[in-house]
Amino acid sequence: MAENVKPRVKVPSSASAGETVQIKTLISHQMESGQRRDADGNVIPRSIINRFVATFNGETVIDVVIEPAVSTNPYFEFEAKVPESGEFVFTWYDDDGSVYEDTASIEVS
Amino acid sequence: MERREVLMLGAGAVVALGLPLPAWSAADDAVMAYTGGSDVLEGGVTLDAPEIAENGNTVPIRVSAEGAEEIVVFAIGNPNPGVATFRFGPLAGSQEASTRIRLAETQDVVAIAKMSDGTFHRAVREVKVTIGGCGG
Amino acid sequence: MTTRTVAALALAGLLAAPAWAEDAEERLLVNDEIEITLRAPAPEHLDGALPEIVSGWVYRSPETQDLQRDDFDNPGILYVDQAREVWNAALGSEGKSCASCHDDPESMRGVRPVYPKWDEAKGELQSLEMQINECLTDQMGAEAWGWDSDDMKNMTALLASVSRGMPIDVAIDGPVQDIWERGREMYYTRYGQLELSCASCHEQNYGNLIRADHLSQGHTNGFPVYRFSTTALVSQHNRFRGCIRDTRAETFAIGSDDLLALELYVASRGNGLSVEGPAVRH
Repeated sequence: MAENVKPRVKVPSSASAGETVQIKTLISHQMESGQRRDADGNVIPRSIINRFVATFNGETVIDVVIEPAVSTNPYFEFEAKVPESGEFVFTWYDDDGSVYEDTASIEVS
Repeated sequence: MERREVLMLGAGAVVALGLPLPAWSAADDAVMAYTGGSDVLEGGVTLDAPEIAENGNTVPIRVSAEGAEEIVVFAIGNPNPGVATFRFGPLAGSQEASTRIRLAETQDVVAIAKMSDGTFHRAVREVKVTIGGCGG
Repeated sequence: MTTRTVAALALAGLLAAPAWAEDAEERLLVNDEIEITLRAPAPEHLDGALPEIVSGWVYRSPETQDLQRDDFDNPGILYVDQAREVWNAALGSEGKSCASCHDDPESMRGVRPVYPKWDEAKGELQSLEMQINECLTDQMGAEAWGWDSDDMKNMTALLASVSRGMPIDVAIDGPVQDIWERGREMYYTRYGQLELSCASCHEQNYGNLIRADHLSQGHTNGFPVYRFSTTALVSQHNRFRGCIRDTRAETFAIGSDDLLALELYVASRGNGLSVEGPAVRH
C-alpha cells in the first residue's frame, strides 16, 4: 500500500440554497507513473490514484478518470451546486485496491 | 531505437513544421478512440495553461466547457497521451475543473469536450517546458 | 557581461515582463494573514555586495508563486502535517514526545529564524537538524534521524512553518565568527570544472538566466523547500551539495562542518527576509 496517503478537502461550511460553491481537494500520493527506472535500471511499476469522485447527498458532482500524467499529490478544483444542507463525500481509488474517503458537511440556508 | 522514440521524434518534427499531426501518432489514436472518428469542432471549450512551465512535473491547467458532459485532456508529447477525463454530474456547479499535470517536454495539450448534444469540441494550448539550470 | 549571458538574455526576450522586475502589486500574503517580506535592506556585513536582498519567490513564475499563497495549495504543507503527527508521538525509551516538553509546535515560533545557532553547553554551532537530534537522543532516548531523512525534513518544515513571516536573524559574531568567516570564504571560492562560486550565480547574476532558469539570490529563508523537480522537501545541505555538484566539483557531505559553515554564512546574507518554509520552488 502506498505510504502516507492522506486526503485534504476545502469546502465552505455554509452557503445559500442553490448556490455554487468552490471545492478544492488534494491527496498526498506519489503517483508513480510507471515511466521511471530505479538505480538498477528496472522500471518502477505504476502505482497511482486512478479515479476521483465527489458526490453531494449521493448525487455526482464530478467523476474523474486519472492517468499517470496527473502530478504527484493529485489536486482538483471544481464547483458544486448545493440545493440543500448535506454532506459531500470524496473518494479516491488507488491502483493497489485501496480506497480513501473524506467527507465535509455544508449548512445551506 | 524504440517505437515510442520514433513516434515522439515524428511528433516533434511535425510540431516544429507546424503541420497537422499524422494519422499514425499515438496521440491521434487516442483522440480517435475517444471521439470514435466524429468531427471535432474548434472552440466551445477553454483550456488554460501557462505558456511556459518552470517544471514539467507540475503544470497547472484549467478546462471549461459550458454544456459539456465530459472533458478529456491529452498531452500529445507524453509517453502516454491520456491525462484525465472529467465527467460532470447533475450537481456540478459548472463544467469546469482545474488540476496539475506532468508534461515530459514542450508540447501541445489538447482538451476535447463531449457536449450533451453528442458533438465534440476542441482547444489546444502549447506549453513550453523549460530545462532548469540546476533543477531540471 | 559574457556572451553566454547575452545569449541567455536574448532568449529571455521571448518572455513578457521579467519575473524579477519590481512590481507594485508584488505581494505574498500567506493564508490571507502572514505577510512575507520579499525585499529587505542588505545586511551591513555584505558591504554593498547586494543593493537589497530579495526572496527567491520573486524570481519564480506566477504559477509557482501562487502555490505559496495558501497552505491548501502548498504541497510542502502535506509534510508539515505529517510532522505534526510525529510531534505528538512518544519516540524513545523515555516515553516522551516533542509535545511532552514543548506543548504545541506553535510554541516553537521564533526558533527557526535564529538557526544555525551556537550551543553554549556543547560548544558547537548547531543547525536545526542537530538540535532536533539532540532532543531525540539526549531527552527522548530515541535514535537520531538522518540529516536528510523524511522525518527530519518534515520536522524542520514544521518548525519553519510556525515561524513564517518572522525575519531571519542569525548571529554572526562572538563564538561563531570564525565559522562564519570560513563560510564566507567558501561562498566566494570557485569550485569545480566550471569554476563557479556561489557568488558567480547568486550575487553577480541573480535575475539572469542559467539555461532557461532564472537565478535567485540564493537565500535559505524558504528552506526546507518543496521542489517540483523532486516532488519532495529539500534540505539546505542537499541544495548546497547539488549546487556544488553542478559546478562539476567533488561536493561536501550533507551534515559536514563545511556545509554547516556555509549554512551560517548564507543564512546571514538573508538576515531580514522572512521565514517562508516550506517555500515552493521548481
